[in-house]
Amino acid sequence: MSGPRTLFDKIWDAHVVERLPDGTCLLYIDRHLVHEVTSPQAFEGLRAAGRRVRRPEATIAVADHNIPTSGRGGGITEPESRLQVETLEQNVAAFGVPYFPVLDERQGIVHIIGPEQGISLPGMTIVCGDSHTSTHGALGALAFGIGTSEVEHVLATQTLLQKRARNMRIEVAGRAPAGTSAKDIILAIIGEIGTAGGTGHVIEFTGAAIRALDMAGRMTVCNMAIEAGARAGLIAPDETTFDWIKGRPYAPEGADFAAAVSYWRSLASDRGAAYDKTVRLDAAAIAPMVTWGTSPERVAPITGAVPDPEAEPDPAKRAEIARMLAYMGLRPGQKLAEIPVDVVFIGSCTNGRIEDIRTAAAIARGRRVAEGVRALVVPGSGLVKKQAEAEGLDRILVEAGFEWREPGCSMCLGMNPDQLTPGQRAASTSNRNFEGRQGPGGRTHLVSPAMAAAAAIAGRLADAREFM
Amino acid sequence: MEKFTTLTAIAAPLPLANVDTDKIIPARFLKTIRRSGLGVHLFDTLRYDEQGAERPDFVLNRAPYRGAQILIAHENFGCGSSREHAPWALLDFGIRAVIAPDFADIFHNNCFKNGILPIRLPREICDALMEDVRQGDNARLTIDLARQVVVRPNGEAVAFEIDPFRKHLLQNGLDDIGQTMAHVGAIDAFEQKRAASQPWLPKIALA
Repeated sequence: MSGPRTLFDKIWDAHVVERLPDGTCLLYIDRHLVHEVTSPQAFEGLRAAGRRVRRPEATIAVADHNIPTSGRGGGITEPESRLQVETLEQNVAAFGVPYFPVLDERQGIVHIIGPEQGISLPGMTIVCGDSHTSTHGALGALAFGIGTSEVEHVLATQTLLQKRARNMRIEVAGRAPAGTSAKDIILAIIGEIGTAGGTGHVIEFTGAAIRALDMAGRMTVCNMAIEAGARAGLIAPDETTFDWIKGRPYAPEGADFAAAVSYWRSLASDRGAAYDKTVRLDAAAIAPMVTWGTSPERVAPITGAVPDPEAEPDPAKRAEIARMLAYMGLRPGQKLAEIPVDVVFIGSCTNGRIEDIRTAAAIARGRRVAEGVRALVVPGSGLVKKQAEAEGLDRILVEAGFEWREPGCSMCLGMNPDQLTPGQRAASTSNRNFEGRQGPGGRTHLVSPAMAAAAAIAGRLADAREFM
Repeated sequence: MEKFTTLTAIAAPLPLANVDTDKIIPARFLKTIRRSGLGVHLFDTLRYDEQGAERPDFVLNRAPYRGAQILIAHENFGCGSSREHAPWALLDFGIRAVIAPDFADIFHNNCFKNGILPIRLPREICDALMEDVRQGDNARLTIDLARQVVVRPNGEAVAFEIDPFRKHLLQNGLDDIGQTMAHVGAIDAFEQKRAASQPWLPKIALA
């Protein structure tokens, strides 16, 4: 392809092994992250066909979805979860796949540990049987979620059959006001374009407000590109990226690092590169956000109120909003900052990094979790936990009444013991507020770490800016 | 994978937009190491009450839709996670085709890997098809993949688009790993070229 190209075009072009007559491409995959939930059937498929893992050295496995976030030493008591983790352990041993065991300090949420270890690098193609693989796009890698059949395909061939996605640019111009975080930016974007706004596209996030984000913030933004329906999210790698990668365990070193950086620098979108779709937002207008419905697009500033379904002209949407309010137990016109919460969850691949825990601890310091509120802080990896403990953040949080737990997906998805009970309401730093996502009948309000910590202290959804 | 050629079957209307994968199959049912047996949990919270009893008003709990092999829904069907358990649950229940105005990308892709045909048709047509199949027992639709049409009970054929490569795999029930293995020489060559041009690309080796 000639002419100016986007970041996505460049990574794509560099990985096309073969182009089939109808335009489907055989795309080479540099990194394959494997976890316990979406891989057992893939390994079973390999076994049945007598196939091996083509590139174990491009693969890393870890258990995160199922594992309990307390009492680790005693193993997993829930039999089905235990079987899934044991199956992963048998599979990685049989197929020679590198694996971070449950009690290894490098264990953690797959999307936290890939970047943390330097396993995920700019310019790579990265896949995982998990939709939040888009997280790794923050490094300037083309990273996307795949189903189990494709997990098997990558294990066997180190490639995928793919149609090229379209290019979309979301430019967040200006400077985010104090108190507006990366999470607020991405929630505002999803509110603007909707949960199908990025379908069929890879979104490149650009603009001054994106450039100003640290790597943790960029990962939060790309993590939720999937909630905007996008195939992947991308941010061009820059000095912030290179500084962050340098010295990580699996990153190139010395002259190799310099050679890598010079290649990574060439990946930024060319001036004049064409996008199929462009959306612009002004960061200055973004306030701390909170979702009120059961889709991430149903979001409003914390200073706002629950909408009235009657104000919606489209009858199907009106019914959808009414259904959401009934599920969420909310009334039209209710002020968001007056909604009481039962549970606060700080963690997940969206917001389980050290920076997120620092933010929460800064608000918790010297304060107390409100009476009757259960507040969990779940570090994204064993190394995040270790770092937080070295900084004394765990003590601040525990003194304030937060639970300090072991790394894992925890309450993000209602698959391990950390779940909401029916009717419970949570302020959660995770990524999905679907019905039953955090446990059957549970009600989720998606927020930033600062907003979650503020909600824990206030006992209701609260404007984090009042706690800073 | 079972071939998909033509299908004449009962279609169930599910007039909801943004049906997410947690709705299709909640995460607590993903703790399986098999592909089969998920049909009983398909749409679990829509289909059963807190006590586990069927909700009589949910479409798949009603005759004749209990035996539906086609599902018709609204926009952005299958949004959310990458869990292939969603198409596995649909397939295990007996669903072979889903008709909607559009689908989330990963779900759309996962359907083809399991012999399920996702058909994109405009919202008005989806609504018209839902109206057709609300007519009860005789309201069956026919899907003819070779001709790329959905045939309404009144005989009208509605055309749909499908990627030719995917159509070919579906019609022949082909495993695409087998297809890709035919290109193994190209993959070898690609890897050699990459190793030369980017020698710094690290390998993951654990101590």
